[in-house]
Amino acid sequence: MSAYEVSIISIVGINVILAVSLNMISGFCGQVSLGHGAFFGAGAYAAALAMVATASVPLALVAALVTGSLLGIVVGFASLRVRSDFLAVTTIGVNFLFTGFVRKQAWLGGEMGISGIPATGLGASGNMIMILLFAALTIALSFHVSRSWMGFAFRAVGEDEGAAATLGINAGAYKLAAFGIGTALAGLAGGLYTFFTQFITADAFDFIFSVMLMAMVVIGGIGSTAGVVVAAIGLTLLPEAIRFVNNYRLLVYGGLLVLVIRLAPGGLAALARSVVIRVRGT
Amino acid sequence: MYYIDLAVTGISFGCMYAVMSVGLTLVYGLLRILHVAHAAVFALGAYVTVLVANASGSIALGFLASIAVTPLFGMAIYRLLYEPLLKYRPDVPMIASVGLLVLMQDAFRILFGEQGVTFHRNAFSFTTFNFAGITVSAIQVAIVVTAAVVFTGLHLFTTRTRIGVGWRATVSKPQIAASFGVDPIKVRYLNFAIGSALAAVAGGLVALLNNLVDPTIGFVVSYKALAIIVLGGLGSVRGTLVASLVLGLVESYGTIFIGAWLDRDAIAFLALILLLMIRPQGFTGARAA
Repeated sequence: MSAYEVSIISIVGINVILAVSLNMISGFCGQVSLGHGAFFGAGAYAAALAMVATASVPLALVAALVTGSLLGIVVGFASLRVRSDFLAVTTIGVNFLFTGFVRKQAWLGGEMGISGIPATGLGASGNMIMILLFAALTIALSFHVSRSWMGFAFRAVGEDEGAAATLGINAGAYKLAAFGIGTALAGLAGGLYTFFTQFITADAFDFIFSVMLMAMVVIGGIGSTAGVVVAAIGLTLLPEAIRFVNNYRLLVYGGLLVLVIRLAPGGLAALARSVVIRVRGT
Repeated sequence: MYYIDLAVTGISFGCMYAVMSVGLTLVYGLLRILHVAHAAVFALGAYVTVLVANASGSIALGFLASIAVTPLFGMAIYRLLYEPLLKYRPDVPMIASVGLLVLMQDAFRILFGEQGVTFHRNAFSFTTFNFAGITVSAIQVAIVVTAAVVFTGLHLFTTRTRIGVGWRATVSKPQIAASFGVDPIKVRYLNFAIGSALAAVAGGLVALLNNLVDPTIGFVVSYKALAIIVLGGLGSVRGTLVASLVLGLVESYGTIFIGAWLDRDAIAFLALILLLMIRPQGFTGARAA
């Protein structure tokens, strides 16, 4: 495999983890977050600091996971106060606060970011395999959660909080759980990203990136793990496969986001389901 | 003197924010949609102003052209994007709106270049007045005067004219207004037309102020407008004006006090998040979520 292929596959793996984890929060549990980049970034910075200090890969991954999750649970408390579009605005704010804060911190490298992060020692291919393993684990976890009682409770809360409460589901606790799990995975993805690039700046975790993640979730079919995985892979490879798309990436992402919401709100997953139904003739 | 200069900057920015956000307030008041793509309308207004001004040599003509074009664009956004999505949860049209903003921003970059467009002749940005040692630029004066005219005009329109009263009636009690013969659909179009025209004026003023229109012009500003309308108590025009001025001043002074650890643009969001967490119902008691 060429170095180019290795790096593309690594990015695909990271984006899959991010999109699937966002889908747990926004798809399963219905809590729209447009600030997923902040948790990704928090994990990346935590891993970078841990690597610079100790050069220990497991320690850096734990730091990334815990930092992402802690920030996520704090933001999760916001979901107990505000709902729907106002939660979305709050998470946008969290994303801007995160990048605005990091850019001004000398100990986080300020505008210049953190460079010269020690390598993992696994090599580019080793990193890629680690990323793919974690991506596979994330997908497995997402399918597992979806089928578990927790997934049922998430969907109940996402559909109708009041109705969920009458079933004895503690909506607040499940919302916090969704944020905690989803952002822990985003933090983990951040740690993997740090291993991959060995150089991070705040720009990589801005609001636009969060919108691109939301585009993957919506285009894949909000709530469908398989759809989201396909969309994350497709939308990451699309700019690579079709050269001119690379220059117009945001145009394509934004355009697809608008078109899917407007014309096929269920995304790829709903389209695939309707094709299956038509083929079977039921 | 330094502190007075900061106040001048703060007030002029505040007035600019107010003209820019009032369209967002109007849309929220009527349809309960967070119209993030308002920033794309703002950017379109800025681009039309600078392009027409450069082509014709007259900045006034640039403003007129942008006031003519943007209402059509705003109404098209309502008709093609929001109207079919009104049946969904409010976060659905909002995400679509974010998508539209990202798309438009990239379209501006592709059409007019990454570097942006500058005015060939912009006498305003170099003209300054001196009041007792305080330097005020002509654009700052223009921004404050525009805001004063806009808000006075809006007040007169909504209290003294038949359409304006019908508009306010539709915002507060749509069914009753309709039974009195006010067409709610016309009111929606009017709402988007006026809000978009005002955004275009704000866009043109910012273009003059920076002497530059680049693809990111609407971006951070747009999220500030979201913060402002929440701080101003959702749907309240007067609240929007007050919140804009407060934010302008807080940013202006904030950059010296907390600028060392936080970006200027993040201050608005800090205020927004704190307010939403402490009083999710907003200052005026209107329920936010």
